[in-house]
Amino acid sequence: MSNIPPELKYTASHEWIRTEEDGSLTVGITEHAQGLLGDMVFVELPDIGDEFEAEQDCAVVESVKAASDIYCPIEGEIIAVNEDLEDSPELINVNSYHEGWLFRIQPLKAEHVDNLMNAEDYAELVESEAH
Amino acid sequence: MTTSINNTPLKTTPLIHAHKKMGAKLVDFGGWNMPIHYGSQIEEHHQVRQDAGMFDVCHMTIVDLRGCDVMAYLAKLLANDVTKIAQQSGKALYSCMLNPQGGVIDDLIVYVMQATWVRLIVNSATRTKDLAWMRTQLGSMAVDLSERDDLAMIAVQGPNARQLAQQALVNDMTQADTLKPFNAQLFNEGQENERFIARTGYTGEDGYEIICANEQVEDLWEQCAKVGIKPCGLGARDTLRLEAGMNLYGNDMDDTHTPLESGLSWTVDFSNDFNNKERQFIGRAALEQQLKEGLHSKFVGLILNGKGILRAHQKVIVEGTEAGELTSGSFSPTMQKAIGFARVPINTGDQCLVAIRNKLVPAHVVSLPFVRHGKILPPIIE
Repeated sequence: MSNIPPELKYTASHEWIRTEEDGSLTVGITEHAQGLLGDMVFVELPDIGDEFEAEQDCAVVESVKAASDIYCPIEGEIIAVNEDLEDSPELINVNSYHEGWLFRIQPLKAEHVDNLMNAEDYAELVESEAH
Repeated sequence: MTTSINNTPLKTTPLIHAHKKMGAKLVDFGGWNMPIHYGSQIEEHHQVRQDAGMFDVCHMTIVDLRGCDVMAYLAKLLANDVTKIAQQSGKALYSCMLNPQGGVIDDLIVYVMQATWVRLIVNSATRTKDLAWMRTQLGSMAVDLSERDDLAMIAVQGPNARQLAQQALVNDMTQADTLKPFNAQLFNEGQENERFIARTGYTGEDGYEIICANEQVEDLWEQCAKVGIKPCGLGARDTLRLEAGMNLYGNDMDDTHTPLESGLSWTVDFSNDFNNKERQFIGRAALEQQLKEGLHSKFVGLILNGKGILRAHQKVIVEGTEAGELTSGSFSPTMQKAIGFARVPINTGDQCLVAIRNKLVPAHVVSLPFVRHGKILPPIIE
């Protein structure tokens, strides 16, 4: 079973979300997701300033196996992207929850975070998808 | 029990327990439960280019042909000519087996051990089709065809592969250095540790393909692991063969494409037989007709000049028209670029566009292979 940190929030499309001290949210894909996709070779990130609605596709991660759309978990504006992924996309495989972060978003409404899945529910989802 | 999409249990090789122990990620590969990687297919790829890696290829089909009509049979069955290598015991030949329309039924390696004994390795996915075809073509010829499902095969590949394999197989392989490239030898014939060892492979590196009894392959695999040969999965196998310019049946050619349209003209031998008569191999007439009419397409390598991955079936745009198609594609860990094979119009120049999702991305058109002896061949213009 892959690592699912309890302090993070999750989506059904395998993104994780961490609330930072300043209220912004860091987003990436879970360890389970990177395992399904395999070695990452390219990442297409949004631009700083781009605005997205919840569940709108905002980035692409491409592995040797397939390209996968990343869906914005919450309505907001992109305030930072992980530029290290340009030269080292494998950070997503090696450390999905830290060095492999994709982008940081300023949510339109802070309380929208409460609608996201918690670690327990995500663990159940992963378990159910295995069969 | 792991099952395939239609719920039949997946086939496993004798190495399934070893794979699980070594952390393999197993996937359904044409009905077989096989390792796609053991952690990172990119690392495994580098391992083979720089050191030594090993592949479970037990799923492939080994066929022995014995009898006094073996050479005559193969002269008809194969587009390449085995008689030109028959003088040297153990020499290998890569050939296509064609249907009467010139389409490729399968590609294979044949090892001519003696004029009355050859060993063929054919693809796993085409096993039933190949055997049925081969049996039909026997007619009344004095050839005994035997599918060797009692035998297992592993491939050890890389610049250090032979040296390490010789260490691992120290009791089985004496005077192994005399085995030349593209040759095979049967060591310890009739003994407990009988090993058929071929200096061939599907990676573009030097190495061995080793055949032994099914019951012995797990020990053999573990002996190789002990001397530092790393297990490598089918993911790395695909990126290695792509860099090496080696075709994959089903992608790069099939029943409806001839070797001439699939970059395999070099495997077709139109020269006369030893009686100086035209060798009438199956499909010859169709190929000659195709040459007479003139080929319309050519088989090339593509290097993507931009972000993205090349994949089979993507369309190639030449001079504004959707004129060609990718047959294989992936990411080259050695070149750090997306590469692929494509069938394009015969007069295509050195640039084209590839339709990737919603964009048209430029690509260089190059001849194959991309990588030889670990070195990148074509000049990469940014």
